[in-house]
Amino acid sequence: MAVSKDQWLKQLRSDIPEVSPEDVRSELDAKKDVLIVDVREGDEYRQGHLPGAVHLPRGFLELQAESKLTDSTKDIIAYCAGGVRSLFAVDTLKKMGYGKVRSMAGGFTRWKQNGHPFDVPEVLDDDDRERYARHLTIDEVGEAGQVKLKKAKVLCIGAGGLGSPAAYYLAAAGIGTLGLVDYDVVDKTNLQRQILHTDDRVGELKTESAKKTLLGLNPKIDVKLYNERITSQNIDEIVSGYDIIVDGCDNFPTRYLVNDACVKHGIPNVHGSIYRFEGQVTVFWPPKGPCYRCLFPEPPPPEMAPSCAEAGVLGVLPGVIGVLEAIEVIKIILGKGDLLVGRLLTYDALEAKFRELKLRRNPDCKYCGSDDFPGYIDYEQFCAI
Amino acid sequence: MAISVRIPTPLRKLTDGKAEVDAAGSTIQELFDNLESQHAGIKEKVFDDEGEIRRFIIVSLNGEDVRYIDGAATSVSDGDEITIVPAIAGGV
Ligand SMILES: [Zn+2]
Repeated sequence: MAVSKDQWLKQLRSDIPEVSPEDVRSELDAKKDVLIVDVREGDEYRQGHLPGAVHLPRGFLELQAESKLTDSTKDIIAYCAGGVRSLFAVDTLKKMGYGKVRSMAGGFTRWKQNGHPFDVPEVLDDDDRERYARHLTIDEVGEAGQVKLKKAKVLCIGAGGLGSPAAYYLAAAGIGTLGLVDYDVVDKTNLQRQILHTDDRVGELKTESAKKTLLGLNPKIDVKLYNERITSQNIDEIVSGYDIIVDGCDNFPTRYLVNDACVKHGIPNVHGSIYRFEGQVTVFWPPKGPCYRCLFPEPPPPEMAPSCAEAGVLGVLPGVIGVLEAIEVIKIILGKGDLLVGRLLTYDALEAKFRELKLRRNPDCKYCGSDDFPGYIDYEQFCAI
Repeated sequence: MAISVRIPTPLRKLTDGKAEVDAAGSTIQELFDNLESQHAGIKEKVFDDEGEIRRFIIVSLNGEDVRYIDGAATSVSDGDEITIVPAIAGGV
């Protein structure tokens, strides 16, 4: 006759040493060399688990024990939700040759009830898994990379030509927090290239219009808006808390403020600029590479720069450059690939040619070459591009 | 002996719209003196009154900023690629 569940459990309880959550807690606090094993299912584990617990679902115990529990002589405490499944798990582990295995009585439920600390792992929910499925299948991103993207905070300076494609793709890629700085309103002439905006939003704030498009594409991200012109007074506050800055502004005074703030706060500055059929992209990130001032210590005087009257850009060009900026952002967050640090990539659309220029840090750079921050400079706003 | 110099879009109004022009010389300095004789006005766009390369312009020789070689005295020879890269602010 088959043994009833109760009889079996009774037998297991007499054979398997049980330990209370309080005793587990004191062993952990005392930094005892003990391995905590969570034998619950994935969805239970993702709701929260004991600090440092190894996740080894009971259904995979026999298959994964060898790789996850490499030392069979180690002290092991297994737990489940209520303390029953872990008894069966310990029974199996003992049969597999693990000598010092115990089960936590009352499981995670009692652990939590009694007020002991637990970690909630950073994982994706089912909706995220579907949305980012094509990311999850590439090793360079995967679930861990997608979580990094989700936790990342990226600030786009300008919601115009470069900011549109950059922010659009960053939102699609799942950057958790996207900041947008722009004080302008959508103008009909923007629509030839600024793809975040729409014909019926002419006259609206660019930030508000951009937010609608970005959340329409990906409602799971957080979009923060700064409807102001960047100055030496507000820049510290605007950039603080961001991991990466995407510079897509349209004037020299702002570019220098952005550079100087990035140097001051140690934030990588993904830089893109465009003129007619030509674009430039690089990543300024001292001390890994130069800052903007290492290349160009000062902005040109008004008479040396093309004036706004000469402004004009092939509408598709900012798409190329803004998307290259977005790719660098993703690479920085994932820590993958060779960044455009110390390299200026130039693109000539008419020739269909990319060229590369080696960039060096200027040891005499007043901004990234010294520990004393010289302060911000509000250069005269003049109409130049 | 002709060396080709790449002209960025903002300076092409000085070269009749040409993206690439030929110049002669054995240093960057000589090259630009020669360019100036063909396309008046280009030298002052790139060099300041002291003969230094302007602070918002990069002149590159085969992908290297000549500031980190010998500046205006950097020697050049046939087959070298000279590129003028200006700071561009545009983004919208
Ligand atoms: Zn610098």
